[in-house]
Amino acid sequence: MTAQAQAEPGEAAVSGPGTMTFREAIRLALREEMARDEQVFVMGEEVGLFDGSYKVTSGLMDEFGPDRVRDTPISEEAFVGAGIGAAMIGERPVVEIMTLNFLLVAMDQVVNHAAKVGAMFGGEVRVPMVIRTPNGAGNQLTAQHSQSFDGWFAGTPGLKVLAPANPADARSLLKAAIRDDDPVLFIENLPIYKEKGEVDPGDDSIGEIGLAAIAREGSDLSIVSHSFATVRSLQAAEILEREHGYSVEVVDLRSLRPLDVATVADSVVKTNRALCVEEGWPSFGVTSEIAARIQKACFDDLDAPVERVGMAEVPLPYAKPLELAAMPGTDRIVAAAIATLEGAR
Amino acid sequence: MSESVTTEEPPVGTEERLSHYRSMVLSREFETAAERQYKAAKIGGYCHLSSGQEATSVGTVAGLDQDDYLVTGYRCHGFALARGVSAKAAMAELFGREDGCAHGRGGSMHLLDVEKKFYGGWGIVAGQLPIATGIALGIVRQGRSQAVLCELGEGAVNMGAWHESLNLAALWDLPVVFLVVNNSYGMGTSVDRASAEPEIFRRAAAHRMHGERVDGNDLDEVIEASRRLLDRARLDRRPAVIEAVTYRYRGHSVADAGLAYRSKEEIADWSEGRDPIARQRLRLQESGVTVEDLEAIEDEARSEVEAAVEHAAASAEPSVDQLAHGMYAPGSAAQFERMRPGSPFGEEALTFDAGLGA
Ligand SMILES: Cc1ncc(C[n+]2csc(CCOP(=O)(O)OP(=O)(O)O)c2C)c(N)n1
Repeated sequence: MTAQAQAEPGEAAVSGPGTMTFREAIRLALREEMARDEQVFVMGEEVGLFDGSYKVTSGLMDEFGPDRVRDTPISEEAFVGAGIGAAMIGERPVVEIMTLNFLLVAMDQVVNHAAKVGAMFGGEVRVPMVIRTPNGAGNQLTAQHSQSFDGWFAGTPGLKVLAPANPADARSLLKAAIRDDDPVLFIENLPIYKEKGEVDPGDDSIGEIGLAAIAREGSDLSIVSHSFATVRSLQAAEILEREHGYSVEVVDLRSLRPLDVATVADSVVKTNRALCVEEGWPSFGVTSEIAARIQKACFDDLDAPVERVGMAEVPLPYAKPLELAAMPGTDRIVAAAIATLEGAR
Repeated sequence: MSESVTTEEPPVGTEERLSHYRSMVLSREFETAAERQYKAAKIGGYCHLSSGQEATSVGTVAGLDQDDYLVTGYRCHGFALARGVSAKAAMAELFGREDGCAHGRGGSMHLLDVEKKFYGGWGIVAGQLPIATGIALGIVRQGRSQAVLCELGEGAVNMGAWHESLNLAALWDLPVVFLVVNNSYGMGTSVDRASAEPEIFRRAAAHRMHGERVDGNDLDEVIEASRRLLDRARLDRRPAVIEAVTYRYRGHSVADAGLAYRSKEEIADWSEGRDPIARQRLRLQESGVTVEDLEAIEDEARSEVEAAVEHAAASAEPSVDQLAHGMYAPGSAAQFERMRPGSPFGEEALTFDAGLGA
């Protein structure tokens, strides 16, 4: 997953043997899990006849039929809640929400219901359900359609929140999420759907929830990120090495709740500097949490204050120059990394 | 299809009818230009066109008094223009320019014009319903004689916000008319695949509210019904549902070809057989308006859109140092002063200085 991967044009053109897009990897995991377990079914807006708003579920209705690939009306609160109910009696629903923005309509079912069932009923009943949805911005979709609330959900006890950054992890972690007995929010991302990576179809191992990855090794600085922010951070690390001679490690969280604090801390103890990057607003966000964990776990090892980069803290404006300025682009990550490395602030 | 009575007489005078015709043509020309400009990458984001739905937008807005309010979803270009938002301000908004009606911050989905009492342009399906209901509540609290027209797609009636808003409006006798633009599809989902009661207007009955269905491609019929129901709302504080049956010719947004879930024949059946503009043109001709007069109106509308595109292209892009413009009320910047030291991500200038309610 390098800077190149993002620059490549059409996704169909390049998928060589073992290479697939993030979108294809998700589809593969869904197919494999549906074939394996009758209880797994998909529902959401436009997932069937329309082949999915972002074509993730393309072809699945033809393969599995309209009972297992269920088109819903625009009724997020009802069909997310219906997923919870079905899961409570042993179904394995995978609910697609068109984008994370629309999950807010169903927030009550997610936070007040799905997240509560296990503990509130004394462990008597479980909710083995997955909600898949993309976050992200960058296409001038404006204030109501460009948001990444990952931190809100990761801050909710009772939920598990996964947010992989490459196709192989997307596949193995979605399989893990579907087999998990708790409600899992599986966060995808709009621009990441086209990202390509190696996926071995023969290897159907399932991912480990709660395990971060070292996406790139380095010794001068640790960048900690997840989902598309990891793609951006890897590009930034490349630039930092090529143009500034720094060796940058990138820790890809993959799982936000549970959070792999140990891997993050090991990395920062090694590099002594940390930059946290996320796609969403940083205040009270994922990077707030990571920074707090780092200062606690690595207090004696830090050579610079922990730095953060995220979306500028405004509802995203439409005009292209404003949107670009607001995004946590590689230029901003590089600048923040240099500030952390050179103690400019 | 219609449950309402169509009047024998043309419901409005010739001057007015010509102005409505002009408004429909303007809307169609605007959408055609918007699609072209989108494909030329001058417009980005989502761009939902309403070609084919002109009788519904123009006809319902015609029922509004100058003092009434309008609230819509994201498919709002035609409503904005019908309400009198200038094609220049609307096109500049689509271009993301400072001269746009939301200063380039909102784009295609979030047009608005406070002076014209058009309160947006909203992007979350059914999100505008409670807001329109609240405007109606404000009207009642202020003791005014005004009404609210709230547009939504037929796909929005399966959201909780629809049921909750209708109940509030009926329970509290609020002056709001919910206009369901039934264009047969919500994205790729046809009405009968989404609604257990596909005759949407019947759902009003669940709240003991009046509901009726009109031919949304028949301008005169739409005007008659919307006038009657908005008058009732304004004068008697009685909310209502009006379902206008129409069709969108283009895809859900410019990015959707619109052919995966419906046939070309079906599209042609509507666009060739039941086009609202052609229908109205014929009527006007039958009532004695000359072809020359109609063509003059059409040319004028076309020139207005061309001028709007030129204006938009020449308008300045918003300045990056105004990133936070409008976010908080004037005077708020001082409240954020103490959030800056050790800023959350190292770029306090960008985050907190950029036009923040200074
Ligand atoms: C709560 C919510 N869910 C999903 C969407 C994505 N979405 C945008 S428009 C649309 C279809 C709406 O159809 P309809 O209400 O019939 O209006 P139309 O587009 O036909 O004008 C959907 C699903 C959204 N904007 N908000």
